[in-house]
Amino acid sequence: MAATHDHAHHHGSYLEPKGGFWTTVVDWATTVDHKKIGVMYLVAILFMFFLGGVAALALRLELFEPVRTVVDATTGASKITGQMFGNPDAGGIGAGNNLYNRIFTLHGAIMVFMVIVPSIPASLGNFLLPIMLGAKDVAFPRLNLLSWYVYVVGSLFAVAAIILGGVDTGWTFYTPYSTTTDADYWRVTLMVLGAFTLGFSSILTGINFVVTVHKLRAPGMGWFDMPLFAWALYAAAIIQVLATPVIGITLLLLMFERIFRVGIFDPALGGDPVLFQHFFWFYSHPVVYVMILPGMGIISDVLAVQSHKKIFGYRAIAFSSLGIAGVSFIVWGHHMFASMSELASMVFSALTFLVAIPTAIKVFNWISSLYKGSIALNAPMVYTLIFLFTFSIGGLTGLPLATLSTDLHLHDTYFVVAHFHYVMMGGTIMAFMAGLHHWWPKMFGRMYNEPLAILGALVVFIGFNVTFFSQFFLGARGMPRRYASYVDEFQLLHQISTVGSFILLVGFLIHLFVFLASFATGRKAPANPWGGLTLEWLADSPPEEHNFPHEPIVTHGPYDFESVVPHHWDPSDYPIPEEHRAVASH
Amino acid sequence: MSTLDTRELGTLQRWQRYIHGHHWRSSAEEFDAVKFGFWLFLSTEVLLFGGIFCAYFIFRSLYPAAYAEGSQALDWRWGGLNTVILLISSYTMAASIYCVQKGLFSRAKLNLVITLLCGLLFLAIKILFEYTPKWSGYFFVLDPALSHHAATVVEGKTALFGLFQYVEGYGGKRPGSLFDHPFAQNADIPMWWSVYYCGTAIHALHVIIGMVLIFRVLLRVNKGYYGPTHYTMVEIVGLYWHLVDLIWIFLFPLLYLIH
Repeated sequence: MAATHDHAHHHGSYLEPKGGFWTTVVDWATTVDHKKIGVMYLVAILFMFFLGGVAALALRLELFEPVRTVVDATTGASKITGQMFGNPDAGGIGAGNNLYNRIFTLHGAIMVFMVIVPSIPASLGNFLLPIMLGAKDVAFPRLNLLSWYVYVVGSLFAVAAIILGGVDTGWTFYTPYSTTTDADYWRVTLMVLGAFTLGFSSILTGINFVVTVHKLRAPGMGWFDMPLFAWALYAAAIIQVLATPVIGITLLLLMFERIFRVGIFDPALGGDPVLFQHFFWFYSHPVVYVMILPGMGIISDVLAVQSHKKIFGYRAIAFSSLGIAGVSFIVWGHHMFASMSELASMVFSALTFLVAIPTAIKVFNWISSLYKGSIALNAPMVYTLIFLFTFSIGGLTGLPLATLSTDLHLHDTYFVVAHFHYVMMGGTIMAFMAGLHHWWPKMFGRMYNEPLAILGALVVFIGFNVTFFSQFFLGARGMPRRYASYVDEFQLLHQISTVGSFILLVGFLIHLFVFLASFATGRKAPANPWGGLTLEWLADSPPEEHNFPHEPIVTHGPYDFESVVPHHWDPSDYPIPEEHRAVASH
Repeated sequence: MSTLDTRELGTLQRWQRYIHGHHWRSSAEEFDAVKFGFWLFLSTEVLLFGGIFCAYFIFRSLYPAAYAEGSQALDWRWGGLNTVILLISSYTMAASIYCVQKGLFSRAKLNLVITLLCGLLFLAIKILFEYTPKWSGYFFVLDPALSHHAATVVEGKTALFGLFQYVEGYGGKRPGSLFDHPFAQNADIPMWWSVYYCGTAIHALHVIIGMVLIFRVLLRVNKGYYGPTHYTMVEIVGLYWHLVDLIWIFLFPLLYLIH
């Protein structure tokens, strides 16, 4: 995007310390700079990802052996895992099951509320959205900092609940179980309070992004000149604003229920537990798209830049984001086919298929964009291709779950578990990793070790599929979710899945090493390492305090690779065939 | 009184010295954005109360008799008075925005003080004449509802320097499992009180938040933060207060006027 880039007015990068150690700490703790807040979110989210990941590995270890805690309690059959979650004989029958329930609740609640929902918008979105729009900051910088502190406080409530003994409700907090379990303890209330608080953080980020997109685009940037990542963040932010208050009132009523026994969700007092499910999924289904839409935005952007080709069907991708946001509000019933009338189930089943349309539009457009592109097969692109593969599996396995007749067999089995892990992890987390590598040089001013990052991506890909593809078979054969023990026939598939989860661990450790090594020994990143045309590649790497020396003026589209030469780009980094090179310069 | 504070005569007032955030091109642009953001926030508030209204309609359709009986235990005169009080406060809030825009600071402060007093009055009526008698059986002696309720006053059981008197069998109308009122005709009546308390308590919480915000605006108007060219905070606090009023406008007929 053609604008002046004057090094005479260089102000120093946002990462430069403001003074001594404590001065720097105070500077970060009180900063209203969207870039620093984005980095702070990144650190917090990665920490929670680590916690949730440890819980997941503990679950997989427990499932390595069938340990029939109920049927076979007297033999103490466990070899490895009985020691892990406690021998069922030692703590009485069900003690191991009880711990298992708490660990999978911990894993689910942390991964959903504290990792996947905020992951992309709050970290990469916060950092990049204003720069991509050519703005100096988000619309409400102080609100942005507040949202980070609210996130930390909410997470602390959740961690406190875990320290006090954990919660065994599952991340969905279904009533009446959640209103009666652990009745003498505050931990369920604390966990619910944590999720309620995190909702505020989410709403504040959502409001900030919607207003930023409306009001802070650079001169010359119309709605259809925005990068698709910005479009996706915008669609996700609308859902955040409109869906989160409903979970707010739901969790508030749940807390009233536990503290005052008001009975709104308690059948013993005339209340309706199914009402809780409606309220819960009216939020929690749309929020699935808060999780995936920003990921889709990353894929659109990374895919176009790394294949140096104009994205195919820009408007179709942009509008399909809004389409998904719209449809997301009318499909919540498919989470509760078992608790609705037949007619309602049929209606929700039919509506659910609508989601496939905008989603497929995106996937087909992405694949068309690759056609005849100059593809740079680096880590962001590898992760993008992984996303296309795993997300498509995740999306397609949603269809048998939306179909009532097949769902009768598959619901509440490992098939569901595998499906949503393919969408949430194979979709959101893979896109997050693609974006993290793509914008890493921009965020921290250092290149990372490309071959090692690609190796990490491949290990993650293999580990992910070994872990979760086996679970489709488990589910189709009838293995129910949320059980610590199972019949012997499932053992082989469970063991494959557990081995896969440790391959995943190795993959993420490789990435951790790559990122740490990048800080220590990484080559200094150029302003535009990949040859992108969007505004963030015009800023320094890392960007200066106010992002740009002058307000940029937008004179071309975000993906006009056929007519514009990228700024500050050394094509020898990623050679492009002569016939694909742009001839016209700005 | 002149529009300029005498302590700062000769210098510019704070609102005249206001500089918009560095990422905005002008104050007008910033004002537009803040208002837009605040309307988004108000939509979240509407959705929050949407959950309460949704629960209200579902349980009303399930237990119409309990709702009819429960509503009769509310005195529409107190609810009506509170509605009038909030409507007056909405007017004074709007008037204070106008006054700040026109630089009529003492009138703005007067209007804000009246708004605050209305909020206090609303809460006082809510607590003294509605929550306390229903929850505990202690009855405010000046309550007109006493005259049309066949109840016996227990001599000698008073609270708060005799302002409250205990009325046999009048209280105990609490939500859910806390309900212990002996005269309930309908087994589902506790659900009515759950919805009543949840809805009005969350609304009262919003009244309190609104009053805190208005108090802050009052202090800052007094210090000269807001004036004809910069009154963003006054305006959005006004929007918030109108929303709090609006929600009551819906709660009042749904709770008090359905028999």
